[in-house]
Amino acid sequence: MTTKTYRFSIYRYNPECDVEPYMQDFSFEAPSTDMMLLDAIEHIKVQDETLTFRRSCREGVCGSDGMNINGKNGLACMTHVSGLKQPIVIRPLPGFPVVRDLVVDMTQFYKQYESIQPYLLNDTIAPAVERLQSPKDRAKLDGLYECILCACCSSSCPSFWWNPDKFVGPAGLLWAYRFLADSRDNATQARLGALDDPYSVFRCRSIMNCVQVCPKSLNPTKAIGKIRSMLLKEAV
Amino acid sequence: MLNHVHSVTNLGRSGVADWLIQRVSAVVMAAYLIFITVFFLTHPNVDYTLWSTLFHHTTMRLFSLLCLLALLGHAWVGIWTILTDYLKYPIARGALQSLIILAFIACLAWGIQTLWSV
Repeated sequence: MTTKTYRFSIYRYNPECDVEPYMQDFSFEAPSTDMMLLDAIEHIKVQDETLTFRRSCREGVCGSDGMNINGKNGLACMTHVSGLKQPIVIRPLPGFPVVRDLVVDMTQFYKQYESIQPYLLNDTIAPAVERLQSPKDRAKLDGLYECILCACCSSSCPSFWWNPDKFVGPAGLLWAYRFLADSRDNATQARLGALDDPYSVFRCRSIMNCVQVCPKSLNPTKAIGKIRSMLLKEAV
Repeated sequence: MLNHVHSVTNLGRSGVADWLIQRVSAVVMAAYLIFITVFFLTHPNVDYTLWSTLFHHTTMRLFSLLCLLALLGHAWVGIWTILTDYLKYPIARGALQSLIILAFIACLAWGIQTLWSV
């Protein structure tokens, strides 16, 4: 079996011993069959066990291994090494404080998610079994509920970089629309009222970086447009 | 939770208002630009007499004033966004915002004076 040399340049930073971050080169020989980037990083970790990164399901469901790959955010477990230009440059998700190497502190991202109240709000008396939904209403949630909160989108959004404490970010807004669009939720007015300031939604300038990087092929810009339309209908 | 800001310097006081102002003002400016372009295309030899006759019409003066207001409103929404994105030091941001608002008011006064003195 033919082998191939894989070359990497990986962001390293351990705040306990490094004064500042640096890029470290790695390379290894492996069969030239295609592999996923996560497998390659696991391979590097055998060489250097101090390399730190998050991973869990290794199949694009948990959203743990979001990172910046050759300048574009993505999930390592869903990225084919064969499609990447070498040396493959891997950095942590931009815009987040680095905890160590490729691990970032996502507290702000979860605060944004929390701010949109990501659960059904319904003050009517609950039916005996469950709140039913027609197939047509259920279909409105397609393209929204699939988000795995990997933060690839928010981390590629300049508005998120500049105002993470005020702008909800593409992931948070996709989720906001997921609950606005849900026929079982009746807190639409309150939800819209919380988004009407100049920052929460309107910091989005529709540059669509979020759409370009989403590993699940979702469209936060479209969801944000829908929220804008709902706000506009309420306001005029 | 996130900081829900009650900004006092953005034009419409709400996200929707600013968004709407930016789009309506863009339509007004586009209409003015089309009008002026058509005017120059249909009048190849524009001299002072023709130009001043055009601006003697109250309709033209109002249309021009509307375009100036649209330009200032549109610009302020954009500049406010840029300043709140990139200028993180509150005193510098407040000072620059005030300075630009005052300059815009001066521009408006100057524009009105110009339009009604043709």
